[in-house]
Amino acid sequence: MGAVLMAVLGHNPWEAFTGLVAGSAGTAHDLATTVRKTSPFVLTGLSVALAMKAGLFNIGAAGQFLMGSVGAVWVGIQFEGLPVWFHLPLALAAGIGSGSAWGAIPGWLKVSTGAHEVITTVMLNYVAALFAGWTVFAGSTLSTTRPGPLWDPTAGPVSVSPDVLASARIPWILGPSLRIHWGIALALLAALLVWWLMERTRIGFELKTVGAKPLAARYAGMRCGWTTVLAMTWAGGLAGLAGAIETLGVHHKFAPEFGGGVGFESIAIALLGQGYPLGIVLAALLFAVLDAGASKMQFDSGVPSDIIQVIQTLILIFATAPALATWLLNRVSRTQRAAAAAPGLRA
Amino acid sequence: MNAAPLAEQIGLRHQSAGNRRNMPYPVLEVRGVTKHFPGVVANRNIDLDLFPGEILAVLGENGAGKSTLMNIICGLHPPTSGSIRVGGRRLECRSPRDAIAAGIAMVHQHFQLVSSMTVLENIVLGAETTRRGILDPATDERGVDELCRRFGGQLDINPQAVIDDLPMAMRLRVEIVKALYRGARILILDEPTAVLTPQETGSLFQLLRGLRNQGTAIIFITHKLREVLDVADRIAVLRQGEVVGHTRPGATTEQAMATMMVGRAPSLTVPKVPGVPGPPMLQVDNLTVHRNDGTTAVDRISFEVHQGEILGLAGGQDNGQTELIGALTGLRPVSSGTVRLNGHDTTHASARRIGREGGTGHIPEDRHTHGMVEGFSVAQNLVLNLCNRPPFTRWGLLRLEAIRAHARRKAAAFDIRATSLEQPLGSLSAGNQQKLVVAREMRDGLPLLIASQPTRGVDVGSVEFIHHQIVQQRNAGQAVLLASYDLDEILALADRIAVMFKGRLIGLSPAAQVDRNRLGLLMAGIPA
Repeated sequence: MGAVLMAVLGHNPWEAFTGLVAGSAGTAHDLATTVRKTSPFVLTGLSVALAMKAGLFNIGAAGQFLMGSVGAVWVGIQFEGLPVWFHLPLALAAGIGSGSAWGAIPGWLKVSTGAHEVITTVMLNYVAALFAGWTVFAGSTLSTTRPGPLWDPTAGPVSVSPDVLASARIPWILGPSLRIHWGIALALLAALLVWWLMERTRIGFELKTVGAKPLAARYAGMRCGWTTVLAMTWAGGLAGLAGAIETLGVHHKFAPEFGGGVGFESIAIALLGQGYPLGIVLAALLFAVLDAGASKMQFDSGVPSDIIQVIQTLILIFATAPALATWLLNRVSRTQRAAAAAPGLRA
Repeated sequence: MNAAPLAEQIGLRHQSAGNRRNMPYPVLEVRGVTKHFPGVVANRNIDLDLFPGEILAVLGENGAGKSTLMNIICGLHPPTSGSIRVGGRRLECRSPRDAIAAGIAMVHQHFQLVSSMTVLENIVLGAETTRRGILDPATDERGVDELCRRFGGQLDINPQAVIDDLPMAMRLRVEIVKALYRGARILILDEPTAVLTPQETGSLFQLLRGLRNQGTAIIFITHKLREVLDVADRIAVLRQGEVVGHTRPGATTEQAMATMMVGRAPSLTVPKVPGVPGPPMLQVDNLTVHRNDGTTAVDRISFEVHQGEILGLAGGQDNGQTELIGALTGLRPVSSGTVRLNGHDTTHASARRIGREGGTGHIPEDRHTHGMVEGFSVAQNLVLNLCNRPPFTRWGLLRLEAIRAHARRKAAAFDIRATSLEQPLGSLSAGNQQKLVVAREMRDGLPLLIASQPTRGVDVGSVEFIHHQIVQQRNAGQAVLLASYDLDEILALADRIAVMFKGRLIGLSPAAQVDRNRLGLLMAGIPA
């Protein structure tokens, strides 16, 4: 579909495609970029998928991601002198913790007041974005407003936090030049953990039952409300970990613009992965390839990198609208059958 | 292309036409209809004729292909091969709309009425008279009135009544009028009597005979053999997707039809030795329960169920059984009164607490909303409400080998037919799904089994099996509370029988002292 679109727009789809591949895996450096971009996609995709398993639509991954980033940075810029083996896990835990707390709020609101999680998570995204912005706010020029608590005074008028201490950074895998860090291992581990949780533990079984059929869950004596809060807490924790990994692994500081984009993609990835951890890892990889290869594609073939967003959207439409795909397939096969039947009629 | 079947079709048509004087042309001809679903052949080369002015009963177990065939006839599914002719013209059904245009209407088991609208609005829904785009209810009402008069007062309904306020029997009538209003010449009724009292069934049959005499062709789908003998002109029996026989009410018996359906001779009665009632296991005292809308569903009810006895709770739908059982199982709050289970006060206990204390087996009224999760595997469904206790869980982890062993054991003991225990339950037939729920809820050592509509929508073979299991639990000393809209079921199983009518419990007496007729009257609220 994307190829057809490019051809219609007067570009060479093959050139664009090779550009895309080259851009995402052409050199070791490109490959590293792809891998680096995969981790937050995996984690936020898992976040949405886990909530979905419990029958909840977590639109709040973006907010939880930001809260996780802030939490991780808050711990990461202080406690000088702590050893890595303690400081880094502490900072990661802070990220998970703040993401969890942020996720638990809509879960709790749903159970106690019936407020729909789609509304509350979207609203909390705004709150999180404004809160995260405030923490590193540089203060107004006239000094009438005080700067945020995490703002780096040496950065002047720029709203950014200080660098996290070396002891709280996620180490590089193959040296600093490739910029590829151990966060990907954490993300894969999280995928494995989510799978294990859903398939092997009682609480996972209850969570799936509540998601599939709340009435059956109640009949079976499961605690629906508690399970809902728990699912949102875990979902928030996963998105929070994504934020922590991005700040502690890639940027090593926090600025409000770092959180962009995880909201929409996380939902797309969860849907494309059909809610299965392995599917989500693959979907995340695909989105990372598209993301990383986009600029190379534009450079090689002149196809605007915006087309990547169009392709992502098309993927999403076909993944989420099976009826549309079936209809298209039927059209194709009917045409083929008609073509096959035509000579027979003549004979 | 395929010449041989064509000749066969002509031959068949000739033959069937020769069999019927006075009615030379069938209004509906099903010819060689085959329907494949992935992995199954639901219908295999089915031939069926329906003549104007006759009632054809289509009998068959669940999964025999009745529903598939009816869905093909009324345009919901296209057949894989074969054809449907209506009035001699080939019907190319792409959607139910085409079937309705051809005069085919189906009354589904679950009524398709908008419950907040009036009778008139429901009848004309989608076929309203409009004048320049503006509704014209007066003309509609005249049309409906005229239609009702044509059937000689049999269809007397207040057109302004809201569906919600009508009893099930009336809603069924509304469905039938709706079909006739759309010009139906072929009326398909899918298990219409499942929710009716014997008296209501009787008057439905009167109505159907009236329609038949005016030329409407009726296909009547049911499991109840007695009704087939009562109302049908002709009987077609389906088994495993094929028509295995045709017969007439005068030429057959219930036993013979059951044998044709199942392929072996099932026993239609349940062998039962007199029970030995022990101490009361369930004591309900002055219980009142409200519906979600605040109306009283259960009104100051008191009764006991003893160890080793089956208490049958008869009654029409919406008379409070659902709410009573909800209250007993902790799914619905109790407004006043007390419930004691095995001596413990469980009046306000949650389903969770009742379950944790070893509580009750509960076969829920509607397995689809409460009793199972379609997407889960057979093995998972068998531990749906047991997964939080040993041996299925330890330290919060599921013990898969224990769950699998349990599933193997239950599947064997309860004859649950699945290709694998990992198969999603939704892909099993209704009978097997219900057997699974029954299997899960029949556990040794429980004081009480609550069985609500335990055989609803289940085929004859499975009914026989489930009934035996219930009696066995009772023989083993469990107290059993059986709620059913099916009088035959109550009469076959219960040791004591009571009727629920408008939230009250009436006519509680030993089973030996009641008969069908008296129960039917009690169900209609007429104390005998």
